[in-house]
Formats: sequence, structure tokens, C-alpha cells
Amino acid sequence: MSEEKREIVIPSQFLGDAKTDKAGRGTFIEDGKIYSERLGVLNKNSGYINVIPLKGRYDPVEGDFVIGIVEEASTSSWLVDINAPYPALLHVNEVPWDVDFGETEKYLKHGDSIMAKILQVDVSKKIQITLKDHNLYKIKGGHIIYVEPSKVPRVIGKKGSMISLLKKYTRCRIFVGQNGRIWIDGDDEGIAKVLHTIRKIEDEALSYGLTDRIENLLKKDAKDVR
Amino acid sequence: MTVIPSIKRDYLSKLAEQGKRADGRKFDEYRKIEIETGVVSKAEGSARVKIGNTQVLVGIKMDVGEPYPDSPESGVLTTAAELVPLASPDFEAGPPDADSIELARVVDRGVRESGVVDLEKLCIEPEKVWIIFIDIHILDHDGNLFDAASLASLAALFTAKIPAKRFELGEKDYPLPLKDPPISCTSVKYNGVVVLDPSLDEDQIAEARLTVATDKSGDIRAMQKGLSGSFTKEEIKKVIKASIDNGEEIRKILDRSIGK
Amino acid sequence: MKSDIKLIDSHGKRLDGRKPDELRKIKIEAGVLHRADGSCYLEWGGNKVLAAVYGPREAIPKHTQNPLKAIVNARYNMAAFSVEDRKRPGPDRRSREISKVISEALEKIVLTEKFPRAAIDVNIEVLDAEAGTRCAGLTAAGVALADAGIPMRDIPVACAAGKIDGQVVLDLGKEEDNFGDADLPVAISPRTGEILLLQMDGHLTLKEFDKALDMATNGCNIVSDLQKKAIMDKYKSVLEVE
Repeated sequence: MSEEKREIVIPSQFLGDAKTDKAGRGTFIEDGKIYSERLGVLNKNSGYINVIPLKGRYDPVEGDFVIGIVEEASTSSWLVDINAPYPALLHVNEVPWDVDFGETEKYLKHGDSIMAKILQVDVSKKIQITLKDHNLYKIKGGHIIYVEPSKVPRVIGKKGSMISLLKKYTRCRIFVGQNGRIWIDGDDEGIAKVLHTIRKIEDEALSYGLTDRIENLLKKDAKDVR
Repeated sequence: MTVIPSIKRDYLSKLAEQGKRADGRKFDEYRKIEIETGVVSKAEGSARVKIGNTQVLVGIKMDVGEPYPDSPESGVLTTAAELVPLASPDFEAGPPDADSIELARVVDRGVRESGVVDLEKLCIEPEKVWIIFIDIHILDHDGNLFDAASLASLAALFTAKIPAKRFELGEKDYPLPLKDPPISCTSVKYNGVVVLDPSLDEDQIAEARLTVATDKSGDIRAMQKGLSGSFTKEEIKKVIKASIDNGEEIRKILDRSIGK
Repeated sequence: MKSDIKLIDSHGKRLDGRKPDELRKIKIEAGVLHRADGSCYLEWGGNKVLAAVYGPREAIPKHTQNPLKAIVNARYNMAAFSVEDRKRPGPDRRSREISKVISEALEKIVLTEKFPRAAIDVNIEVLDAEAGTRCAGLTAAGVALADAGIPMRDIPVACAAGKIDGQVVLDLGKEEDNFGDADLPVAISPRTGEILLLQMDGHLTLKEFDKALDMATNGCNIVSDLQKKAIMDKYKSVLEVE
């Protein structure tokens, strides 16, 4: 199946008529015309015109899995940096531990990293996160790197294809947060290989046939080692 | 202020125990250094230095004025640094903070007190001397601002021209009276290892920092220890040796860029 | 201070050889800095400016937060070495005024309602100055905002017109700014033609003002194409496969 030609659009670029098309994400309507609101890739899907952002800070969405870094511990909550324009609140009720009043610091302190889920984003963008889910916990060991949130889908791949490749050939545990933070754990060589490959994916995120190229690269490295 | 995840700190420390750095460099290896001179037309001298992704721009401006009362026949040299918000999400707008003052004074020490500029030759007549302003403008902070700023200051000085014509003090603009410069090399220490030319990550987890400026003969001309950690005597001696070795290589890059 | 310099001759040729409606040489490059979320390096005649955008991020201090939308903080700063007579580092009254009018222009164009309580910080550093720095700065800021992925209605652009020796001309150069009769910097939203920034000093009749505004707006449209090309040049290459 040949890939659709990818087109890059910029803010204010005219994309279509509101009478014949539907305005999707990343667009705005003015005088019956649909325009792009940001730098991104044009995507037409089920009658909708969307612009998938090429760059930009993470915009929190309820249900997203993210990697957060604890900024401060208060008496019954923690303030967590999730790489969004606002810190997120983690309440003691949303963690799997029984935390006594004022004992928050014993469980999570400044600099600790957590895998969390966005619980709620209200109208004024106040964010609440939770650790109450079987996949979520305080992270120990490994390394954390950062990619542009817009590139996260590429690192994960269609139905997780890219990340499965990475895990298979490097034997590392990898967790990709929607907020652009990625946690990697494994032996030093594995971690280095993951880092190198992710940077390559970042650089070539928009090119065609990336998944195959990455697979070949990883296969080749594995063969060389033997 | 961006929070540094403790995992990152632990990972870098673990690598350090095995003699490795996160970007694959050796402990005493510098990132790629690029120097471009004559980049600001309004300045009497200017240079842009890149060390890895770190970018610093230095401009030299000159004026005629009164000497300091305790050195009436010497020119004046003053250094200032601006850590503009453009260069890092952690830099705030406002008057120079302690970090930018320390940066300026360390660069100044390596340039003025080492006698690179022969200030005695900058006296025009009694009570009238040339004043040199070195202005350091940080453009992109990716670790090791000290060395980028020092190198840019030297490259700017060595390609600067005294604006004699504009001040009606001569028919032609001419270069500054300069001697062989000392080269500044900065190291940081974390988890018991000391590395040269810290990357941004290494700068952020550094416990202690040491800048050493050495000259062509391998003598020490300026030093500055920063941050609240400590060094052992052996570590300091190792840093000095690494600074002398790297200083030689960096001096070659500087000479090429100023057309020597 | 008037001088005896003739700024434009009988054939309409200016001191630097330009025609009355000709722009100085412009070069724009997007995405030039590593740390900033978006950035732009721009040369316009003898001007060299660097713009960087951080955000949206938390607005600090907290009392500046607007619960309904993001605040746009533009900070225009001139490097000490950017002018003939060294400028003392730090904001002076002129820089603060320019920062304010640029912030206001950008606020209109950025979709600020998407980021309540946040701040979008736009930093403009003038590294080499030669008349028209605020137009160069705002133009660079527009590219930097797009490069940062900030949602906007349009990419703002600015250009100035003025009057020299009684004639309305486009894009004043150094001597024209110092010895001319009027200066009119204008910023627009190129898609709609809406005016986002407008300042004027000097002396213009109504007819001259109309002509100058037209000229400046035309200049803006030409520069707008250059901005868009700079952004596309930066990102087009990522579509190509080696």
C-alpha cells in the first residue's frame, strides 16, 4: 500500500471550504473558510481536514499516559512536571499507597519520576493525574530522554510496530509517555542503541518507509555484534 | 526552573563509574568547536563560538575616556555578560545575577589580568585612554558557557580594530596590542568523576566546577572553582594537565580562525 | 538634526542605490537554536536579529496569569555591541516601549484562548542594528512562533515606510532614518490585511500617509512570502528520504 503524499502546512494556510469539508483538529474557520492554525502535516480523514502538529509543547488529554517528574511534595498532594504549560496535581487519594497526612515526602520527593495517567483536565487547564492503574508506578533505574511530543506517534509506530522493533532488538524495557518523555532500561549497550535509534526516528520522522529502514538498521547491528 | 529527574543523575553517575559519558565522549574530550569572526558590523571586533550546540556571541566596543585613578597611563578593559532569556528556558530577564557576574569576571581574569591586552599601549595622552568593552551575549546554552565565552572573547579581541578614524585619532584603524592568550578549559565533577567540557546534562548535575586558563608555555594564568562541591588535590592536578593538553589543541583552532 | 545630505536624487535613486519602493536585502532562517522551542535568525539590510520562543509555559509570577487565555510576553533587547556607540546592557525606555507594542501585536494573532493561565515568551535580540530593528524583530518573532508550533491565526509580519526629501519611500535605511522627514513602521496579518502595529513619527500629509501605509503594507506582503519560504525550507527537508 503506497503512502499518501505528506504535505506540510503553515499557520494561515487555506485548506478548504467549510461548506464542502469539515474542520478537524489544528484548524480554524473564518468566513466559511478552513485554515491551518499551526505548522504541521495535512491529514484528510473521513471528510475531516486535520493538521497534525509538527512541533509544540505537550497539550494534556484525559487518558494519556505520561512520565512526570515530581517538583514538590505538599501535605496531601504532589506537584508534578509533565512537560505541559502547567504542573499537574497528584492527590494522595490517587496513589496506590496509604499515605499519612504530612508523610507525602516519604513516598515521592523532588526529582522522582513516575509513570502516570492524566485523570482530568478542566476548563482552565488545571490538570490532575493518577497512579492508580496497574501499569503505573514510581520509576526506578534506567534513563529518561525527551523527544518532541509530536514525534511520539512515530516512536510508537502503527499499532506499536516501531516500539516493538526497538524492544525486540535491544532487549530493553521502553515506556513512551505521550508528553514526549521516554524511559529506557536495559544493559548499557541496549540503552545506547535505543537512544541512537530514537534520535534517528526523530530526524526522519516524516520520511517514508521509516519502519523498514529502522528494522534493517537494528537487524544489521545485531548481526555485527555476532 | 526545570527539575532534573534523579534517574538522569543516577544514569550519568552509573556511566561515569564505568568510565563513560552519556554522549560517548572520553572524559577529557571536547565537543566540536567552531569559531566565526567579524560577525557584527557595528562592533569593533566580534566572534561567535559554538561548542557542540552551545553558542556565544561576543562583541568588542571601544571608546575614549579617563583611566582608572590608580593606573593613569593604562587603557581600561571591562567585561560584562548577558545571560539573555533567549538562550535557555531557565534564564530570566533582569539585572545580571551572580551567575552572569561570575562568568564575566572569570573571562575578564583570563583576558585582562593575564595581560593578553597590553593596556600600557592604550594610553593616548595623559588622562585620555582607550576603553575596551567586552560584551558576552549567550545565544544558546547547552553546557560549558565559560569556555565558549572565553574563546569568543579572545577571537573577538584578536580580530578587533581600534577605531582611530572615527575618533579622529589616526588615519587608519589598527589592531589591538595583544600578547599570546591563555586558553580556558572548564571541568565539572559529579559522582567522583571529573569531565572536561561539560554537556548541558553534566552542567546541571555538577557538584563542583573548575576552570583553568593556561598559556603557550603550559603555565597557569587564571583559575576559578565554582559550585559548592569540592576537589581533591589530585583531581585539581589532573584537571590542570588536561587543560594544558586541550588548551594546545584549542589554541590551534583559535589561531586558524583569526588567520594566524 | 537635518543635514545637507541629499537622500534621494532626481531619478529616485537613494543613497544605497535603491529605488523608492525597493526593500533592503533580507535573509531568514528558521529553527536555528537548540534550547528554544522555536527560533529564527533574520538579516535585513544591516540588521541582524535573533528571535526565540519559549512556551506555552507556566506564567510566572502567578499574579500575571490570565485565567482565560495565555499572555504573550515579547521582550525586545539590543546587545551592547549592536550600535555604533555602545549601549549599556539592560532595558531602556525605548526597548520597553517596543517590547510592549510587539507583545500587543502578537497577542492579537496568537490563539491565546487555547492556553489559559500560560505564557508565551518571545525574546528578540538585536545583534547588529541599522534602522528598522522593531520591524525586523517582529518579523523574526513571527517565524519563531510558527517554528515553535504555537497556534496562530496568521504569521505576523512588519515593514516600515517613510519620507525622505519630501518623497515617500519604502524601508528606511540608516541615514534615511536619521535625516528623513517621517518614519512609519507597520505590522500586519498578511492574510486579512489587519493592522497589528502602527507607529509614526515625523510629518506626513494625509495623502502622504495613505501612500506610505500602502507602501509599507506591500512591503509586508513581500516579506511575508520570505517568512513562509524560510519555514518551508526548514521543514521540507524532513520529508525527503536519503
